[in-house]
Amino acid sequence: MTLSLEQVTHIAELARLALTDEEKERFRDQLSAILDYAARLQEIDTSAIPPMANVLPVDTVMRDDVARLGLPPEQILANSPDQEDNMFRVPVILE
Amino acid sequence: MTQYEPVIGLEVHAEMLTESKMFCACPVVDSTEAPPNTTVCPVCTAQPGVLPVINRQAVEYGIKVGLALNCTINEFNQFARKSYFYPDLPKGYQISQYEHPLASNGWLDIDVDDETRRIGITRAHLEEDTGKNIHMGSSSLVDLNRAGVPLLEIVSEPDMRSVEEVEAYARKLRAILVYLGVNHGDMSKGVLRFEANISVRPTGSDEMNTRTEIKNLNSIRSLVRASQYEIARQIKLVESGGQVIQQTMGFNEESGKTTVQRSKEYADDYRYFPEPDLPPLNIDRAWVAAIEKTLPELPDAKRERFIDELGLSVQDAGVLVADKATAEYFEAALKADVDAKTVANWVTGELFRLMNAAGVEIEQVKVTPEALVDLIKLVEAETINNNTAKEVLEAMFETGHSAGEIVKEQGLAQISDSSALEAIIEQVLEANPEPVEKYLGGKEGLFGWLVGQVMKETRGQANATVVNQIMRERLEGMRKA
Repeated sequence: MTLSLEQVTHIAELARLALTDEEKERFRDQLSAILDYAARLQEIDTSAIPPMANVLPVDTVMRDDVARLGLPPEQILANSPDQEDNMFRVPVILE
Repeated sequence: MTQYEPVIGLEVHAEMLTESKMFCACPVVDSTEAPPNTTVCPVCTAQPGVLPVINRQAVEYGIKVGLALNCTINEFNQFARKSYFYPDLPKGYQISQYEHPLASNGWLDIDVDDETRRIGITRAHLEEDTGKNIHMGSSSLVDLNRAGVPLLEIVSEPDMRSVEEVEAYARKLRAILVYLGVNHGDMSKGVLRFEANISVRPTGSDEMNTRTEIKNLNSIRSLVRASQYEIARQIKLVESGGQVIQQTMGFNEESGKTTVQRSKEYADDYRYFPEPDLPPLNIDRAWVAAIEKTLPELPDAKRERFIDELGLSVQDAGVLVADKATAEYFEAALKADVDAKTVANWVTGELFRLMNAAGVEIEQVKVTPEALVDLIKLVEAETINNNTAKEVLEAMFETGHSAGEIVKEQGLAQISDSSALEAIIEQVLEANPEPVEKYLGGKEGLFGWLVGQVMKETRGQANATVVNQIMRERLEGMRKA
């Protein structure tokens, strides 16, 4: 199965990646190969097997509703590239 | 000409009033007031290597809402990742529920124009709220205090056929959330938000046409205005031969118009998949049964009881139960030995009038339920009449003083003493010979006018029953003479 160029462009947009035409072609081939490999799993009949939601043999893990302060703003903001008034500053958001 | 009807479904996002966030222990605070980024931790800011843990109380609240909306509480729950990029979503995905929501297949009855309509509830699922963006022109600032606050998304069937039904549904749902104690209902704090899915079709047809989705409606007023505008826009479009395109709209408060935010094909590519960081959640039947026992009396049941047991009118009962605090006020007053209908009249009449004029909610009213009962008792004891009582209530409303204090301070006690009233009546009759003559000549309507003069003389404090009686006797005496 070969992905269409439109599909590659769409996936790139979802991941917020700007690709050149040359990259789109290259990743189209690479992604197609990866998907083909994964598609081998489709050959197995899983109709009688419930989907596995989690690899661990546990379920229903909950905590009590007890509040506890986390980290001060300085620490949370310490690694942010830009900040103002204890808030993260990001490029303007356009809807 | 073809008539059109709207087909509307609502998605309501309700924050759950827990102490801590959905997946971490950070406190849930008023996000409109708390200093930015003061209730955050590595989990809700998506630092590498952290893991979410489900808040039991949030699940319990979700179950409460599901039960109150007559839903099936699903035994098997699975959280899912909803992937999209936005600066208020630190992880790049929101933990939500997709194929296996907490509750499904319920309903909510609403009343519009004396008719009850049943609106289907598709599902209610738990997720986490996002942070907040403050747009500064050339950049945006992000505050993550709200990120991770438990959110219950309640999705209705597309069962609503008018804006009135949309408003009734929103108000009823809000009331139920407040009654349950899972949300305080204050929309100015952003704890309750709406999205409307709207399409139009020829009235009576059963086709489902292309719909638009209006996002981020932060008040019932915005929900109503946006729905009105969008319905009119779609009808006009269809009538002129156009076609509605499936898209996400925003609502501009200032212009009152809906505007396109983005077309659907990209927006809906959320790539949901089971959340690998959270094991499945199985809801124990015994837990659900225990929660069901804790459900409070909900608005509909309370209204029925007010009508059946207290003899209130459908109208009064409806108004009193529509807001939890009002219902509590009313019921607190009834703890005293007092007539329920009289209390209902005072609350829905004079008290509401004063509250509307002052623009306050019942929680801020200085007249306690007990103080209102004291006022009613003064009327029953004929210490003051009804009209004076209205003035007294106004003074109580402003000052918070008791009815007794105000009556005493202002000398408002009713004059029931017949000798005092006889003298005043005599004065009135002497001062108005013409009306008296006309009355005696058959103009019966002037009786009320003459009584009115007595009330005027006594600044409304005369006992009207006594005045009526003496006046009648006196005038009949004159007729005979």
